[in-house]
Amino acid sequence: MADYEIPEISGEDGIVDVPGLQPDAMKSHGPWVSKQAFQEDMHFPTDFTMPESIENYGDSETLVENWKERALEKMADLKGRYRSLQVYLDICVKCGACTDKCHYYIGTKDPKNMPVARQDLLRKVYRRYFTFAGKFFGKIGKPEFVGASELTEDVVKDWYNYYHQCSQCRRCSVFCPYGIDTAEISMAAREILDHIGMGQKYCTEIMGKLNKIGNNLGLPEAALADTLEGLEEDIFDETGVEVKIPLDKKGSDILLVTPSADFFAEPHVDGLMGYAKVLHELGLDYTLSSYASEGANFGMFIGSYENMRKVSLRIRKAALDLGVKRIIFGECGHAWRVAYNFLNTLAGPFDFLDQNYPIPQHILEITEPAMAAGKLNIDKSKNDDMVLTFHDSCNIARGSRMGDKPGGQFEIPRNVIKAVCNNYVDMPADTINDATFCCGGGGGILTDDLMEIRVKGAQPRMEALKYVSKNHGVTHMAAICAICKSQFTKVIPYYGFTMDQIVSVHQLVSSAIFLTGQLSEEEIEAKEAAEEAEWAAAREKAAAEKAAKEAKEKEPDDK
Amino acid sequence: MALGVIYGVLFWVATLVLVIGVANKVILYWKTPAPLKIPTTPAPVTQGGVVIRMLQEVLLFKSLFRSDKLLWILGFAFHYTMLLIVIRHFRYVLDPVWGVVQFIQPFGKYAGFIFVLALLGLLARRIFIDRVRYISSPSDSAMLGLLIFIGLSGLMMSFLNHTDIVMVKAFFMGLIAFDWQPLPADVPLLIHLTLVIALMLIFPISKLLHAPGIFFSPTRNQIDNPREKRHLAPWAAELEKQDKMFLDELD
Repeated sequence: MADYEIPEISGEDGIVDVPGLQPDAMKSHGPWVSKQAFQEDMHFPTDFTMPESIENYGDSETLVENWKERALEKMADLKGRYRSLQVYLDICVKCGACTDKCHYYIGTKDPKNMPVARQDLLRKVYRRYFTFAGKFFGKIGKPEFVGASELTEDVVKDWYNYYHQCSQCRRCSVFCPYGIDTAEISMAAREILDHIGMGQKYCTEIMGKLNKIGNNLGLPEAALADTLEGLEEDIFDETGVEVKIPLDKKGSDILLVTPSADFFAEPHVDGLMGYAKVLHELGLDYTLSSYASEGANFGMFIGSYENMRKVSLRIRKAALDLGVKRIIFGECGHAWRVAYNFLNTLAGPFDFLDQNYPIPQHILEITEPAMAAGKLNIDKSKNDDMVLTFHDSCNIARGSRMGDKPGGQFEIPRNVIKAVCNNYVDMPADTINDATFCCGGGGGILTDDLMEIRVKGAQPRMEALKYVSKNHGVTHMAAICAICKSQFTKVIPYYGFTMDQIVSVHQLVSSAIFLTGQLSEEEIEAKEAAEEAEWAAAREKAAAEKAAKEAKEKEPDDK
Repeated sequence: MALGVIYGVLFWVATLVLVIGVANKVILYWKTPAPLKIPTTPAPVTQGGVVIRMLQEVLLFKSLFRSDKLLWILGFAFHYTMLLIVIRHFRYVLDPVWGVVQFIQPFGKYAGFIFVLALLGLLARRIFIDRVRYISSPSDSAMLGLLIFIGLSGLMMSFLNHTDIVMVKAFFMGLIAFDWQPLPADVPLLIHLTLVIALMLIFPISKLLHAPGIFFSPTRNQIDNPREKRHLAPWAAELEKQDKMFLDELD
C-alpha cells in the first residue's frame, strides 16, 4: 500500500506511547511547490524559478533574488504586525512540556516534529538576526550556543518540509505554560516561504479556484445548481417530502455557507442533506450562494491575513447581494474558526444583519436547541445499527466556541449525537475535548503529495478509535469537519478500518429525523412499488406500441 | 573600597540594563498589535475571567500541570523558593526591615536547599530525557548552572562561611543613595554577587523574558467574544479605510 511503514495500533489503552527520537525520519523535499501563476493571484512575488525536480526544492538558485534579505525583511514585517509571533519567538524557555504532545511527532518520531523544535527552525533565525545574544554569538562564530543559526539554504529546506508537517491544530498551545501556539509560527513561516518563491501548490491553487469561481473545487454555478437539484431528488425519493436546497435565492432570511466538499464528497454530502432537512423542518427560509459557495478559507493555513480577508469578503458580499438577515455555517473545522473568531474582524461590521442572532451561527447551534425544545421529530432507533464516538475537530475544540458558554463546542455536538443515537461512547479523556488529536490532515496538509505524514499523523486518533472499538464495540466515528472527514475516509483503511465508518453529525440527524408529511417506510415502499409498476406498465405499453408499429411497417412486405 | 566601587557601578549598570531592557520589550509587546482573536478555547468570555485564567497560569502553572507533572513539581519548587529567597533578601535594602520579610527569614534561608535541588532536577531533565536534550542549547543549561551557583554560593554564606552581613547591608543601603561603601572581600560573596549581576544582564536578552511575556500571550490573555465585539488592528483598519485588499497597495 505504501513504501513507508504504517504505524501499528494495539487498542490497549487508547494512547500511543511516546516514542524515542529518530532524527531526520521525515526529512524530505516537502509538498509540491506552487508555480508563478498561482502565486501571482495571491499577490506573492513571482521572480523565482520553478525547480526542475523535487530534488531541487529550496536550492538558492530557484528562490527569488536576494531571498535571504527578503526572508528576513518579511520576518521583521510579520513580527511587527503580530504580537503572537513577536512574543512567542522571545519567551519559549525550552521546557519540553510540548515535546510529546504533537500527533506528528508521536506518529513519525522525527524530533523536528516536536512543537518546540518546529518553532526553533524559525526561532533560531530570529535569534541570529534580531536579538543581541544571537548577533553577538553569531559574530564570534558560535550562534548555536544561544540557539541561533545562520539563514541558509538548508534552513529554508527544513522550513518548507517541516512547516508542512504541522496541521496548526494548536494541541501544543493547550499544554504550553505560556500558551505558545506553534500554529502562529508555522503560519508566519509559510507566509515567509510564500515571499521567497516557496509557496505550497495545494493551498495556493485551491485559493485560486476559490477566487475565480467561488469554491475550492472550482464547481461553477450551473454544476452546483445541478448537484443541489439531485440532492433534493434524493431526499424526495427517500422521504416523499419536497425539501428544497435553494441556490442564490434573493430575499432569503439565511445565507448557508458550507465547505464545498459537502456538495459531493462522502460522508459530507449526507451531512448537507441533514442541514437541509433540519432547516426545512424548522421552516427557516435559507439559501446557498454560488458566489460564496465555500466555507473553507485556506488563507488561514498560509498565514495570509490579506488573502484570508479577501475570501471572507465574498461572504459579506453574498450576504448583502442576497439581502439575508443571518449567516449560518455548515460542518467544517477551520471554516468555523475563521467564521467564529475572524469573520467579524475580516469582513464586518455586520450591522446589516439581524442582531438578535449570533453572527455567524453554526448549524449545530440551530439543530441542538431545536431538538432540546422538541421541535424535531426524532426516531433514534434509525441509528441503532451503529455505536458512535465523536472526533473533536481541532479548530473547533481549541480555536472556537459554540453556544454561549465556554466548552459549548464539546457539549453541543455530543448533545445532538446523543439525541439521535442510542449508542454513544467517548474516546479516552486525553484524546478528546481540548486535548483532541488532529485527524492528521488539517492546516493545508490534505493533499496526496503528503500522504506519509497524513497516515502517520493519524496514529494517535486511530489508537483511540481502536480502543473504543475493541472495548466498547464502537462501529462509527462522527466528525464535524470536512477535512477530518476526507482525511479519515482516506487514511483509516491503512489502520484496518473501513471508510464508511466515518459519518457526518448531520448525517446521523438526517437518518433519525422524521419530517412533517414524511412517508413511512411502508408508504415509501408502496410508493416505490407503485412507481415501479407505473414504469413497468409504461415500458410494456411502449414495447407494445413499438411492436405494433414494427408490425405495421412490416405489413406492406407481407402483401 | 575599590571592591565597593566596582561592584557598586556593576550593580547600577545591571539594574539599568534590566529595567530599561525589560521595559523596552514590554513596550514592544504592548505596541505590537494582535490582529486576530486567537485565545485557546475554552476561554473566558469576560475580562474578569481572563484575569482569573492568567492568575492560574502565573501562580499555579495550570497548563504545565496538565502537561508534565514532574516538570510542574520542579518548576513550581524552583519558582516559589526563588520568590521566598528574593523576599528574604529585602532585608539587605530595607531599614527598618518589614514584618513580612522578618517572618519569611527562616523559611527563605532553608528554601535555598530546595531551590538548588529543583534546579539540579531541571538540569537532569535536560541531560537525561532525550526529547529535552534535543531541544536544549548550551545557553539553556548555562542559565540553570548560573542559578545553581547563585544558590550554592548563597547557601555557603548562610550555613558555612558567614560573611559580614552588616557590611553588605551598608553597601546596598549606600548604593541606593550613591553613597559608596566597602564590600567584604569574601570569595563566596563576590561569586554570588557577580552571578546575580550576570543574571540581571542577560534577563532582557534571553528566554527569561517569559516572565513579563506571558502576560502578552494572546492565546491566554484574550477574551472569547469575537462575535459580540469587533476586533481590528490599526494596520488592518487601514486596508478597510483605503478599500484595498493588500498591504502593498496602501498609499
